[in-house]
Amino acid sequence: MQRRGFVAGAAALFLGACSKVADSSAGQSLFRASEKWHRGAQRLLGGGGLVKEYDRSEISPFFRGNGSQTVDTPEYAAAQAAGFADWRLEVTGLVTHPLSLSLDNLRRLPQRTQITRHDCVEGWSAIGEWTGPQLSSILEGAQLLPEARFIVFRCADTLGGARYYESIDLDDAFHPQTIIAHALNGEPLPVRNGAPLRLRVERQLGYKHAKYLTGIEAVASLEGIEGGKGGYWEDRAGYHWYAGI
Amino acid sequence: MKRHALSTRLWHWLNLLCVVILFMSGLNISNAHPRLYWGGWGYSAADAWLILPRFPGWMTIPGHYSLAGAREWHVLMAWPFALGLLFMWAAMLLNRHFRRDLVTTRDEWRWSAVRADIVKHLRLDFHHEGSKFNFLQKLAYGLVLGVLLPGMVITGMGISPGMEPQLSWLIDLLGGRQSVRSLHFLFAWAIFTFFVLHVALVLLSNPLKQLRDMITGGRDAA
Repeated sequence: MQRRGFVAGAAALFLGACSKVADSSAGQSLFRASEKWHRGAQRLLGGGGLVKEYDRSEISPFFRGNGSQTVDTPEYAAAQAAGFADWRLEVTGLVTHPLSLSLDNLRRLPQRTQITRHDCVEGWSAIGEWTGPQLSSILEGAQLLPEARFIVFRCADTLGGARYYESIDLDDAFHPQTIIAHALNGEPLPVRNGAPLRLRVERQLGYKHAKYLTGIEAVASLEGIEGGKGGYWEDRAGYHWYAGI
Repeated sequence: MKRHALSTRLWHWLNLLCVVILFMSGLNISNAHPRLYWGGWGYSAADAWLILPRFPGWMTIPGHYSLAGAREWHVLMAWPFALGLLFMWAAMLLNRHFRRDLVTTRDEWRWSAVRADIVKHLRLDFHHEGSKFNFLQKLAYGLVLGVLLPGMVITGMGISPGMEPQLSWLIDLLGGRQSVRSLHFLFAWAIFTFFVLHVALVLLSNPLKQLRDMITGGRDAA
């Protein structure tokens, strides 16, 4: 018992020191720097390479939902009852041609179908087949202005009273496997997985893959958008903005 | 000549700091989803081959459950850990520490010799002639330096989705992403086991001198 007390005491001292470092501004900038090093190293090593695409036989028997599993508003319930016939995806911000796309518009764009693995930040994985247009073809239609550096995704769902949103840089936005999915395993997207539209950004963890998409906004900086850190979990809990790690 | 080269001493203490922070923040990450799976996917208790206990706050960094806070530490310390290991390997090969002290000979693998070494260890008799380390030491250090520590770096990169384009062959080779995650956890616990044994053996064999030598370098017996 005494030895255990000693270990716990040493741990408490050490934890105190760690939390001092974590709370300091030097510690915070070190954390941000290491996130950038990882992004730089991964991009340097990987270039624009594709993530593995699986065989149909490897699809997991179920695709778990996490975070928001539905949108708790009468508007969403009505949209769902109408088969999302009037759902629009607004493309705004630093673009030459703002767009307002219906699901039909999106289905008529060239489609990409990919069987990929989804890795949740918590640790679990699922494999599913996603179908939808590449984000790049939507952005090419809207024509980004030269100042645009990030793409922000607006969502219909709220968690703890705040709107979900996410953002990625242009490297991930123009990656061939970054799609706006409207189907999972050949069926319209289930509600728990983000019906009617969700982002698939395959080189990043699950929390980046925004569900219930209502808008895409091209911006020059993430400052001033919601909490300013580029996403719901980034603002709320301090998750890494770059979720490739 | 010093008993421990400067490069060994610097790396030893840097690595201790890294391993402790990585392990403790890793336990916090483990708490986020304390189930291990084999294969490409896994998400429910029914798929798991092992369900881990929840680790108490005093064992984890930070001291309360925070997946984001734990990941900040884990991701930060991965850099000095991986670069330090690379540095240590380069130094060991250059200063011949590896060839001289860690490479085993065929004779040492004979069962009678291994058994004699085990018996000596059980009697807490650590005296040995000739080389700097006895067989079990060489085996343990070789396993840690050659398999477990590099294994942590490789499996860590393998569970990083940003590395998926360049490492999917490796992930397949190791049996899928969830297998790689399981291996990452298993290697971590193997390193923890080494840590406990290592500290215990130091405590049993003139701990103050050992500690002093690992700081100052000490003097070579030969």
